[in-house]
Amino acid sequence: MSKSNDTPLIAVEGLGISLNTSRGRAQAVREVSFALRRGETLGLVGESGCGKSITALALMGLLPDSAIVSGSVRLDGGELVGLTEPDYCRLRGNRISMIFQEPMTALNPMHTIGRQVAEPLRRHKKLSAAEARREAIALLDRVGLPDAAKRVDAYPHQLSGGQRQRVTIAMALACQPDVLIADEPTTALDVTIQRQILDLIADLVEERGMAMILISHDLGVIAENVQRMMVMYGGTVVERGTTAQVFSRMGHPYTQGLFRARPRLGAGKGTRLTTIAGTVPELADLPKGCTFADRCSFVIERCRAALPVAIDVGGDHRVRCIRTDVSMAGAVAEAGA
Amino acid sequence: MSASSTIPLAPATSIGANSFWRRALRHRSFVLGTVLCLLVLGAALLSLVWTPWSAYDIDVLSKLKPPSASHWLGTDVFGRDIVSLLLVGARATILVGIIAVGIGLSFGVSLGLTAAARRGWTEELIMRMSDFTFAFPAVLSAIMLAAVFGPGMVTSITAIGIFQIPVFVRVVRGSAGAIWAREFVLAARACGKGRFRITVEHVLPNVMSVLIVQATIQFALAILAEAALSYLGLGTQPPTPSWGRMLNEAQSLLFQAPMLAVYPGMAIAIAVLGLNLLGDGLRDLLDPRLSRER
Repeated sequence: MSKSNDTPLIAVEGLGISLNTSRGRAQAVREVSFALRRGETLGLVGESGCGKSITALALMGLLPDSAIVSGSVRLDGGELVGLTEPDYCRLRGNRISMIFQEPMTALNPMHTIGRQVAEPLRRHKKLSAAEARREAIALLDRVGLPDAAKRVDAYPHQLSGGQRQRVTIAMALACQPDVLIADEPTTALDVTIQRQILDLIADLVEERGMAMILISHDLGVIAENVQRMMVMYGGTVVERGTTAQVFSRMGHPYTQGLFRARPRLGAGKGTRLTTIAGTVPELADLPKGCTFADRCSFVIERCRAALPVAIDVGGDHRVRCIRTDVSMAGAVAEAGA
Repeated sequence: MSASSTIPLAPATSIGANSFWRRALRHRSFVLGTVLCLLVLGAALLSLVWTPWSAYDIDVLSKLKPPSASHWLGTDVFGRDIVSLLLVGARATILVGIIAVGIGLSFGVSLGLTAAARRGWTEELIMRMSDFTFAFPAVLSAIMLAAVFGPGMVTSITAIGIFQIPVFVRVVRGSAGAIWAREFVLAARACGKGRFRITVEHVLPNVMSVLIVQATIQFALAILAEAALSYLGLGTQPPTPSWGRMLNEAQSLLFQAPMLAVYPGMAIAIAVLGLNLLGDGLRDLLDPRLSRER
């Protein structure tokens, strides 16, 4: 979109989220900061339980009441943290929208898809039933649901998974939001459909000049669909930069581990995937220092002392590791070998 | 588009009422239950316009007559026509059922939905209060209420209704809680809907099937409770006929005229059986998973 100004559309600073778990308070997310302008896309990568989805829910204001959010989330300069529920309701689906992982369950089985797509329009844009229906058909058509005019009265169970995800996208985009959060939008879909859905989202983001946050555990999806990315681990951003920077010079041992754990075509038969030793730490008892220390092969005593600061390894490509000299040298050596 | 678009889409009409009734007619216990319930309802409606004899006129000369052409099922100890009594008695049964279940539904559902939507101490309070109410056996409490406020139909209906509330609170809270945890509720919240709208538009429709089934079962229980209270002399008062009172009056003549107890007993059994079968049938028919397979 041509309308670009200097204040970012969404700016997150020092976001921290503490959750009430069965094992007591847990600091699920620490010191997450980023800013997005119109048309910009950001990827969030990490294993399950690393805080990606929690971060997304915090932006939407959908965390459980017991969650404590610190830091700041600004939408067009307006603070979202601490906003009252009715005020947040006016933003959700209107200026900031979300696409969920499971299209099978993200639609209400009791309502027609047309009604569900029309709902935000009636609510936020105050359209009449007939106008909303016409708009819903147009939206369903835009997201590529074949025969939209007829299927507007279909129920979710009459559609395939890919079609349902198209419907949830239509729902999320109904009111032309400024910010779109896509939380693993293709994880539940067939690989062949995945590509179509991601292309559709990319087209829509470009067409409407939205800012998008794409959450995925799939490095391939991230590499192809976003301009910048953040790698999360144990509730902190361990590495961030443009997608090209991160993929070409992976600085954090965790990012390198993630990359090595990808299945690759052409690998010899019977080759086992490389795994990262150990498991994701419990959020309730995160280590005091670097959250990755227990699984890292470059760990030294100093890693466990305090959470490392993110250091710039060139061109605003930041890595939260004190041993980048060793880890990145290894990466370079590996790439050369 | 992809292969996914080749999934045939049923015409929109098959979704709505049509397919429901087509499936319903094939469901044996639903059909039988409906027929039995309509029988009872028909009897009550018929009694409003026509009964073979008056259900209130006492004719001691023709008391305890066996079935004949004029009295199809004979007469009771006061010479009243049994058929007429059964027809008029159906009214009390249905009235009690509808009002008592109505009380239970309206209070129970709103409390249950509130508990599921608000959580926290509101939920605690509502659930502990309903536990407290639930702890008293309904009939016993009705006897207590009748002792305080005097026996009669209003007392028994109120008592039965109040003790229906916690059943609905629990059922609704349970299913509504499960609905709140579903992703489409999160999606609805992400679309900017508040708690109240989500409750009305997403939660209530999804607990409706459970609710309808529970309501038919509670209807049957209310009928049994009313019969029990009338039998004890605390429900419907003479001379208004009721199946429970007919049982009560037949008790002392069990050896001379055993059929006097059998007829109202059968009537109660038909009503309760009909409602239970109907409830079972509805549970099958309203389950979206089952309807999807067809």
